Amino acid sequence: MPRTRLEVPTVEHVSILDEHGRLDEALEPAIPPDDLLRLYRTFLLARRFDERMLRLQRQGRIGTFGPIRGHEGAVLGSVYCLRPTDWLVPYYREWPAYMWRGWPLDNLILYYAGYSEGMRVPEGLRDLPLCIPIASQLPHAVGLAYAARYKGEDSVALVYLGDGASSHGDCQEAMNFAGVFQAPVVFLCLNNQWAISLPRTKQTHARTIAQKAVAYGFPGVQVDGNDLLACYVATREAVERARSGGGPTLVETLTYRLSLHTTADDPTKYRDPAEVQAWEAKEPLPRFRGYLEAKGLLDEARQAALEADVDAEIRAAVDRAEARMQANLLEVFDDVYATPTPDLQAQRAELERELAASAEPARG
Amino acid sequence: MTQPRKLTMVQALNLALLQEMERDDDVLVLGEDVGVDGGVFRVTDGLLAKFGEQRVIDTPLAEAAIVGMAIGMALYGLKPIAEIQFSGFSFQAFHQVENHAARYRARTRSRYHVQMVVRMPYGGGVRALEHHSESEEAYYAHTPGLKIVIPSGPRAARALLVSAIRDPDPVIFFEPKALYHAVREDVPEAEETWPIGRARVAREGKDLTLVAYGAMLHRCLEVAERVHAEDGAEVEVLDLLSVSPMDTEAIAASARKTGRVVVAHEAQRNCGVGAEVVARVVETAFLQLQAPVRRVTAFDIVYPGFARERGWLPGPDRVLQAIRETLAF
Repeated sequence: MPRTRLEVPTVEHVSILDEHGRLDEALEPAIPPDDLLRLYRTFLLARRFDERMLRLQRQGRIGTFGPIRGHEGAVLGSVYCLRPTDWLVPYYREWPAYMWRGWPLDNLILYYAGYSEGMRVPEGLRDLPLCIPIASQLPHAVGLAYAARYKGEDSVALVYLGDGASSHGDCQEAMNFAGVFQAPVVFLCLNNQWAISLPRTKQTHARTIAQKAVAYGFPGVQVDGNDLLACYVATREAVERARSGGGPTLVETLTYRLSLHTTADDPTKYRDPAEVQAWEAKEPLPRFRGYLEAKGLLDEARQAALEADVDAEIRAAVDRAEARMQANLLEVFDDVYATPTPDLQAQRAELERELAASAEPARG
Repeated sequence: MTQPRKLTMVQALNLALLQEMERDDDVLVLGEDVGVDGGVFRVTDGLLAKFGEQRVIDTPLAEAAIVGMAIGMALYGLKPIAEIQFSGFSFQAFHQVENHAARYRARTRSRYHVQMVVRMPYGGGVRALEHHSESEEAYYAHTPGLKIVIPSGPRAARALLVSAIRDPDPVIFFEPKALYHAVREDVPEAEETWPIGRARVAREGKDLTLVAYGAMLHRCLEVAERVHAEDGAEVEVLDLLSVSPMDTEAIAASARKTGRVVVAHEAQRNCGVGAEVVARVVETAFLQLQAPVRRVTAFDIVYPGFARERGWLPGPDRVLQAIRETLAF
């Protein structure tokens, strides 16, 4: 019998606004001017906050920090698609999405200074906290999406992952489950080309990460991750597909980790500075700024005003957060269980006695 | 009021699941073969027909995703009951349990919590393949934020599973598979819950405390009867029921009363739950002790092919020997 060819879906690449500022007007989304300005302000806030947090870490005022320079276009373009009733499931490179959703900056500062109250997600927000074990958040998103549908909602779950996470077992398992259950999930891969020191080309032999969706029976699309407009359009399609019962999508955004993996990392050990420079030239901020300027929404004066405004917001947040940095050690016994067990009550009393005896204040 | 029926553990667990799912629409079941097949041990039998496939979910073969998806459901506010087909396979989901289920409440200062049960058959003595006979409770008991429950019979299984389902925190529910069909007990039709964290005196006695749980409890009760009949001594048998939180008060009260303690479990000796019991006895009842506290456990070896199972499982004779030596000390 002659061999037959089984047709398998292909993957598209989407680009709308390129690094030279060239705009495909046929694909340009109609984002309202107010939203464009709000997106731009959040972008700027995230960028300046990122820089401030790096300085705070070097000063010893916060601990290990993961900067997000270069990812803002992909993160904000995608999170912009969500309703407040949709679920946001991050790992740790997309806290600009928290800003968009309304988190106080104080939370992030507290978290990175080692205060768990920073991850007490604000009431009313359907956001999960940052997730460190790679890819382990992916099945959670499937569960949230399934649960929302089970309760009769049309909410979707937007879950982020990196290129590194795409190798992980939890990623395969979660995507497979999402396909089988047709869960209303959007998998948003921030492919920033590096998983600490491992370049994307050594992470997988597949030509794209987007095509991995095909293996699980749902669409994959690749996008210029430094093009906020393209990230928005691709994610919007995916969100609408999920919301209308069409199942999951994998959106792969091609971007670049312009900074360190975390402040404990030294990329000069494994990265060519020429490569970093080449990607700096394509980074999302100038092109989004140029887009707004071309629309008459931004000029030098407005830019200066925005910068002053976000810097003031950041300064105030740092002051507030540092004023709240009082470590009551006895709080470590709260929140292990709904009701502390007898053992924990006894252990708490033990710590209390210890602290009293050493004349060390319970608040550090 | 209907009379209690004599049920096996499988039937008792099934009753608990049925009644809780009737009572609360937010309770769901998920796992491999739990739906159409009713579970390889039939614990979830009949639930699919009654509640449908949105609520009784046959998942693809992936333990980490089963537990991870259950965590996501719980974060939303549902009350999932995830089944891991055999406890030996739970290691493929362990990171989801330790990294997340156990931590979400602390991580978010109670803004989120994980109300979830992970049920799994565990324990040996059933002539099974590799990985199908082990006792893994110590791995879980060492993790803060979890509750570890191990019923010793049908009535306990039903009452504790209901409590586990209603507990706002994640419960790892180990079901001794050797007892699935071996024992029948009266189980009330009406709702019954036993509190998690409380041990139960299964047999009163004044001469020695024998602490046990799971399938070992029955072997221990038989041994206690032999000691009564042959030695004229009264062994108090304490059924832990909860490995974590462990009922220190009950252990202390019994140890102070008898002054002689033996703890018996199937799992290996090194860093096992027995070591924890010994520590608590010494911490609370040292001055009342008349003899060293003894552990009767499996040896620190890999569970063998079942042809040599008898060389691994602590049998009644070993328990009896430890009791006699402790009484004679």
